[in-house]
Amino acid sequence: MRRILRLLGIALVSATAIAEPGRAAVEAEPPLRETWPHQGIFGTWDRRALQRGFQVYKEVCAACHGVKYLAFRNLADLGFSEEEVKAIAAQYTVRDGPDDRGEMFERPARPSDRMPGPYPNEQAARAANNGALPPDLSLIVKARKGGENYIYSLLIGYEEPPSGVVVPEGMYYNKYFPGHFIAMPPILQPDAVTYADGTKATVGQMARDVTQFLAWVSDPKLEERKGTGITTMLFLIALTGLLYAYKRRIWADVH
Amino acid sequence: MASDVEPMVLKNPTLRWIEERLPILSFGYRHLVAYPTPRNLSYWWNFGSLAGMILVIQIVTGVVLAMHYTPHVAHAFDSVEHIMRDVNWGWLLRYLHSNGASMFFAVVYIHIFRGLYYGSYKAPRELLWIIGVVILFLMMMTAFMGYVLPWGQMSFWAATVITNLFSAVPLVGESIVTWLWGGFSVDNPTLNRFFSLHYLLPFVIVGVVFLHLAALHTHGSNNPVGIDLTKKDKIPFHPYYTVKDLFGFAVFLLVYLGLVFFAPDLLGHPDNYIPANPLVTPAHIVPEWYFLPFYAILRAITFDILFIPAKLGGVIAMIASIAVLFFLPWLDTSKVRSARYRPIYRIFFWILVADCFVLGYVGANPPEGWLVTLGQIATLWYFAHFLVVLPILGKLERPLPVPESLSAPVLPRGAAVPAE
Ligand code: HEC
Ligand code: HEM
Repeated sequence: MRRILRLLGIALVSATAIAEPGRAAVEAEPPLRETWPHQGIFGTWDRRALQRGFQVYKEVCAACHGVKYLAFRNLADLGFSEEEVKAIAAQYTVRDGPDDRGEMFERPARPSDRMPGPYPNEQAARAANNGALPPDLSLIVKARKGGENYIYSLLIGYEEPPSGVVVPEGMYYNKYFPGHFIAMPPILQPDAVTYADGTKATVGQMARDVTQFLAWVSDPKLEERKGTGITTMLFLIALTGLLYAYKRRIWADVH
Repeated sequence: MASDVEPMVLKNPTLRWIEERLPILSFGYRHLVAYPTPRNLSYWWNFGSLAGMILVIQIVTGVVLAMHYTPHVAHAFDSVEHIMRDVNWGWLLRYLHSNGASMFFAVVYIHIFRGLYYGSYKAPRELLWIIGVVILFLMMMTAFMGYVLPWGQMSFWAATVITNLFSAVPLVGESIVTWLWGGFSVDNPTLNRFFSLHYLLPFVIVGVVFLHLAALHTHGSNNPVGIDLTKKDKIPFHPYYTVKDLFGFAVFLLVYLGLVFFAPDLLGHPDNYIPANPLVTPAHIVPEWYFLPFYAILRAITFDILFIPAKLGGVIAMIASIAVLFFLPWLDTSKVRSARYRPIYRIFFWILVADCFVLGYVGANPPEGWLVTLGQIATLWYFAHFLVVLPILGKLERPLPVPESLSAPVLPRGAAVPAE
């Protein structure tokens, strides 16, 4: 009898484990619907917001998240001068080598280098975060349903759990995160950064700024794409009109 | 055909010299210039040439992408991001190629439904139709393997789910899967062979497209009235249809490039921007939109049928959903081609279109609750349309009077042809 009960218990546990994906149906709240300067056909980046967002990333998020596809030289797109980009790069050290004695060495980063991440490998990242893995943020806006709106909502979505909900050790309650329990602490606190342009660093402001920065890192060719698109479409509309007129003329004797 | 064609006159001596030794000029002339085409084709007849143009676009963008892409599990995702960020116009190439695949299917699906509506699969065009179904099948293989190449989460898990289907084959299933993978899971050997085949298959498609055209040019295009046309109801392909196809292509480009420039990721899945991770299963694994109806049919068989287990049943149903098209010319027993003169068939046609959308919707959502039943009903209807409705309808339906030619007035059935 005991054995049968134990088997039943195992069966139950494994059944719930299989049903696990279904449990992700602790539906997260749909993200807020914000408007962004870069959305729409004519949308372009708000470069001052991108620079502020870069500051938030650098001073807050970079402690745990990398943006491995971002090279320092790309920062010129945010409106930084060549000198400023060099200066930013020089604040970081990268591993290079081997030199002519076969040794690896460290040197200040150059604009052509990619931004070094906070951890040497996944294990180190997990060890520093209670076993959770802070994902690389280079593509995060494209890699989440809801894009900018989701990232922004997530960053401001921390709150007290509803009564009766027990938040597991090392987790935090966030109403926009699928399943509600997130391993990332509510890291944005008022005045976590001091903006050079005097903008007040509220949580909402920093969240909006860093979200726009991350949108740019995910899609750095957005302006080039839309700009080319508008020219191409204008040309195509004219061409289509011409071809239609030409087609009518050629077909005139058939109808 | 060649007999209806105005002969080609070559004045230039160099061209004449070439033509005498290699009759390629007269070949092009016969098939692209003088080729007699029905004068009453509607814009639904633009989609064939459109599909051909997209095939060329896919091959050109694909070959250039392949110059920058690395088929290795450790580098594939990075190399696609390298294309998106560092290669000049790389983002354009990739978005043209990924959205091009979507447009290819959209255009080919419209092309196929055009054929269904106007009975283009009926004698003497059965082989033309069958070759078309072969192209569809090759396109599906190509697109499936292409989707694996960027090695994102959906790439990896789609590859895993679809290749795993072969394990449903009795006895040798597991061995087949191992053979397909080149190992014991979807891994580097799988990615390598998928890249190799993804490069190869489009050129096989080009070959089959030539067969498709050869069959087409043997009896000429069908037309909205669905009757065989005489010489006086035909016009030369050039300039009439060259300019009409070009105009259609320009309209198509407006839609396609609109997507590419202003919503390039609209049809993609966000999870494919997460690098493949064999240890993390996405909450919902869904294929690209153009496979959703087939995915719904695959998942509709949730029960064993006699000795056939549910999984194998699903695979069989999915394959059968395409294979049934091979038999369509003989399943449809009506002598009348065009739905214009088949009032009842016309209704069933639109029900089938709606049914495919329902299947697509079911395929896009997790198989829970009433959606399972809906998917099963829609699957049942899909097969019933071809296997039950069409054979019976052809016998029972009373078609409307079909005109003798494009210029002839429609006569009531049985009425004598008035003397001229
Ligand atoms: C103390 C370390 C830490 C800091 C600082 C930090 N994060 Fe995180 N972040 C994490 C961890 C850990 C996770 C993984 C959470 C999980 O999977 O439960 C995470 C996850 C995320 C996610 C993914 C959520 C999802 O949908 O999967 C985003 C987006 C994110 N962080 C953005 C940011 C931004 C923006 C900042 C800076 C304002 C930031 N993080 C600062 C630790 C951190
Ligand atoms: C029948 C025509 C073709 C179809 C339908 C097709 C379809 C696809 C699809 C769906 C993808 C994934 C897109 C993505 O999300 O990134 C892809 C990727 C790719 N294809 Fe093709 N393809 C075709 C022809 C070709 C050809 C001829 C080549 C030449 C070698 C090619 C090379 C590539 C490469 C290198 C990738 C990976 C890069 C990327 O993901 O953007 N394709 N293809």
